[in-house]
Amino acid sequence: MSEYAEHDHYDHEGSKLGMWLFIFTELLFFGGLFIVYAVMRYKNGTAFEFAGKELDVFIGTLNTIILLVSSATIAMSISAIQMEKKNLTMALLGVTLVLALVFLVNKYFEWGAKIDHGLYPGSATLQQFGHGETLFFGLYYFMTGLHALHIVVGIALILIMMVKVYKKKIYKDRFVQLENIGLYWHLVDIIWIFLFPLFYLIA
Amino acid sequence: MEDSEHKIVSFKTYGLVLIALIIFTLFSVYVTRLDLGNFSIAAALTIAGLKSILVFSIFMHLFYDKKMYALMVLGVLVVMTIVLIITFLDYGY
Repeated sequence: MSEYAEHDHYDHEGSKLGMWLFIFTELLFFGGLFIVYAVMRYKNGTAFEFAGKELDVFIGTLNTIILLVSSATIAMSISAIQMEKKNLTMALLGVTLVLALVFLVNKYFEWGAKIDHGLYPGSATLQQFGHGETLFFGLYYFMTGLHALHIVVGIALILIMMVKVYKKKIYKDRFVQLENIGLYWHLVDIIWIFLFPLFYLIA
Repeated sequence: MEDSEHKIVSFKTYGLVLIALIIFTLFSVYVTRLDLGNFSIAAALTIAGLKSILVFSIFMHLFYDKKMYALMVLGVLVVMTIVLIITFLDYGY
């Protein structure tokens, strides 16, 4: 066997640490936006409360619960792979995927209704309102849009995980990729946990 | 450490955490519907904080993993808090 024989490198702890470092950059990225929100709200309190009333608390609550359930199912899929239950892992990932899609469909109808009411960045309706309302909806579209983009990326990643579990590339002794995608999905959940009260509830 | 030696969190634990998260969510909707003025903001953000602690510690395994991960997350949150405070020094006073 040559000195440079191919060896299969696998480092669970190192991979997970790398994923956490990426998650920190995401936390700081969204954290910056939350600080922008805090300052804008401090300067335009009344306008933010007025504009926040336009958002549908029911859809917001529904989407929060959908994301929480999807977080639980992806966490359970990791336990299932550790128990060597491949079909259960696939089923749990499938449920996560469907819930992610439902979240996006709700978001589509929610944004659609807002846009129909003329509430979108640069719209004539918004220009009749003041500076504060424009800022609120600017932040609303940017922050929930960026979050939705993370959901789209998550859907692609969960699909890849399903293929890898199916092909037995991810199994009981080698599941760190699935664990890392789980971490990403929980991060997306945590961001929504804060977006929900800040945009939907405090009005 | 072999992957097979990692702790397996039970479905029951995840289920209970999920129920707690949903109750917190519904409670935060209820609290903010009451007319409590500035207290609403504090209540909603406190509940969001509690929910994120549950997700971080159980769903993201910080409770079960090496303490290093939890310390690093705390470090990031401290940095964010400092930036928030410094920012408001410019606006609040």
